[in-house]
Amino acid sequence: MPPQLKAKIGLPKFRIEKRPPPPLLTRVKWYVLSVVISLIIGAILILSAGVNPAIAYYHLFSGALGGKLALTETLWRFTPLLLTGTAVAVAFTCKFWNIGAEGQMLAGATLAAYFGVTFVGLPSWVLIPLVTVAGFLAGAAWAAIPAILRAKFGADDVVTTLLGNWIMLYFVGALVEGPWRDPYSLWPESPAIASAARFPTLIPGYRIHIGLIIAVLISLLFLLIMRRSIWGYQLKAVGANPRAAGFAGINVGRVLITAAILSGGIAGIAGVNELCGTHFHLKGIAMGAVGELSWGYGYAGVFIAMLGGLHPLGVMLAAFFMAIMINGSQAMYRATGVYSPFWRVMQGVIMICLLIGIFMINYRVRRVRE
Amino acid sequence: MIGEVITATFIISFLAATLRMAVPLLFGTIGEAFAERSGILNLGIEGMMLMGASVAFTTTFYTGSLWLGVGVAALVGILLGLLMAFLTVTMGAQQHVSGLGVFFLGMGLSFYLYRIFVGELGGVPPTVTPFRPIYIPLLGDIPVLGPILFQQYVLVYIALLLVPIAAFIFDRTTLGLQITAVGQNPKAADTAGINVFRIRYLCLMVAGALSAIGGAWFSIAQSSMFLPLMTAGRGWVCIALVVFGNWMPYRILIGALLFGGIDALQTSLQAVGVAFPYRILQMLPYIFTIIVLVAVARRATYPAALLKPYRREE
Repeated sequence: MPPQLKAKIGLPKFRIEKRPPPPLLTRVKWYVLSVVISLIIGAILILSAGVNPAIAYYHLFSGALGGKLALTETLWRFTPLLLTGTAVAVAFTCKFWNIGAEGQMLAGATLAAYFGVTFVGLPSWVLIPLVTVAGFLAGAAWAAIPAILRAKFGADDVVTTLLGNWIMLYFVGALVEGPWRDPYSLWPESPAIASAARFPTLIPGYRIHIGLIIAVLISLLFLLIMRRSIWGYQLKAVGANPRAAGFAGINVGRVLITAAILSGGIAGIAGVNELCGTHFHLKGIAMGAVGELSWGYGYAGVFIAMLGGLHPLGVMLAAFFMAIMINGSQAMYRATGVYSPFWRVMQGVIMICLLIGIFMINYRVRRVRE
Repeated sequence: MIGEVITATFIISFLAATLRMAVPLLFGTIGEAFAERSGILNLGIEGMMLMGASVAFTTTFYTGSLWLGVGVAALVGILLGLLMAFLTVTMGAQQHVSGLGVFFLGMGLSFYLYRIFVGELGGVPPTVTPFRPIYIPLLGDIPVLGPILFQQYVLVYIALLLVPIAAFIFDRTTLGLQITAVGQNPKAADTAGINVFRIRYLCLMVAGALSAIGGAWFSIAQSSMFLPLMTAGRGWVCIALVVFGNWMPYRILIGALLFGGIDALQTSLQAVGVAFPYRILQMLPYIFTIIVLVAVARRATYPAALLKPYRREE
């Protein structure tokens, strides 16, 4: 084909140019736009299930936000999601790719269950801090292993953290089906934790509990660390460019391991939150091969951290959005029959749209004219 | 007790199972080798596998044709590969995050599509008639070797054939050289007239197709049903395996057989009822993967341009 003709009928050419970081408002605009476009794609998915998307979305949002019960249930789900989202955000800020929050949750819940079941006589004000710290330590330890393996041996953290989820899942399965099994229970689970270890509810008759306050406090602490501390600055520096950070005198390995400990610890508290606030028994493997206790919240944390732009307040908004999606999906299912793990699909759709949105924030696409 | 368990029959069935367990790993890892050799880390592989498992089952469920199921799985895999390529090659998005996005999409969509087309999850899931091992006349009668090598699934032979084919492409063809060049130094490759974008797109399509076929193995050969997350992290094992194999097909084969062996050992021991908690046995492949990754990580020679997006202007 002669080149002139090719130029005439060829596809329009585009040039991609990097642009300076735009103001916050532009960033937020693209994040919101990504979510809106995802909801439109979601509407197509709902339509393919033979349901009117407008009706389905109405049930989704009213089921999550309409009324006191719906709202408290959404906040009840928001609690673990805020924790896992914060956990992942801490790790991702320094590019420690922790996608093992699911396993770290289970690790935290397991050690907390051990203390919660063993120390029956202790009063609440001792036992609740005790199980929370235990959960933090167990989650931190489980996350520290991949971090050390990466810092010392260069083993890819994505793979090791993810495989850690499966190891922990089977470990918990082995415990509750074997030595820890409650002999009086019909299904595999540990005996109930002491009632003094249960998180007190905030409003009588509703499921939200003090875990919500703990989660928000941790999130605010994360904000404070990122804004005010040297360590927060180091975290960002290592994330931006580990080599440069190393030359600047930052101990990259130590920052990485500390971030992993903090990240895993927060995920561990998410596990404690589910154990002491919701389930009260350590539970085994659910259909769908996630922990019945962790329920995919650990994986959702990755999504929430990304959607929140790794910013503490963004993570909070994203976790609330995810809580609406999860809680609302069930209301939508009851009303219209659209498959309730709709939110699991939306996680993927939003994440892909978000990547395109982030690209549009950082780059300008120009049409090239000959 | 060991003597009672380790009989000739046990060893034969164990070795045959090893080959079968290695199939999805071979498909996935050879695919991943294509992607990574061209400079793209494809973390979406687990999602691609799950989508492969889901659509292969659904297609077979409606048409009764297993090979059509494999074909549709490959097609869907190619589409996911294209998506991954659009994100990482055209837009130059961070490869870790893009891969996680494709993983989430595949994970969620595989349940959702199954639910729309087949039905409710939970309860007794519907089944299809899965692939059956074929018996090769004469060769199948050889003692010991016959049952291990010549009474296998067609997909086992295809997976094994992939190894020399991939090795030939990588080492003996222009395309293979171009892939390596693009993965080592895209700028130089571009200067030499190689279309970096086209090569990377192609490699990700191959990666998508192969991993989706590997996923199809779970739902229409190894079992006869689709279950959520049924690939159980095998996609992530592939990412470790490609490092173990140093991006070379024959070493990948060794790795896949090793992992297949651990997996087979675990299921065979369960089957003969060894008095050992089977949940602990189930952990073995994952623990082993991590140990191997740690052992080889420092010595691995990663493609130089892995994780680095390429743009002409920069």
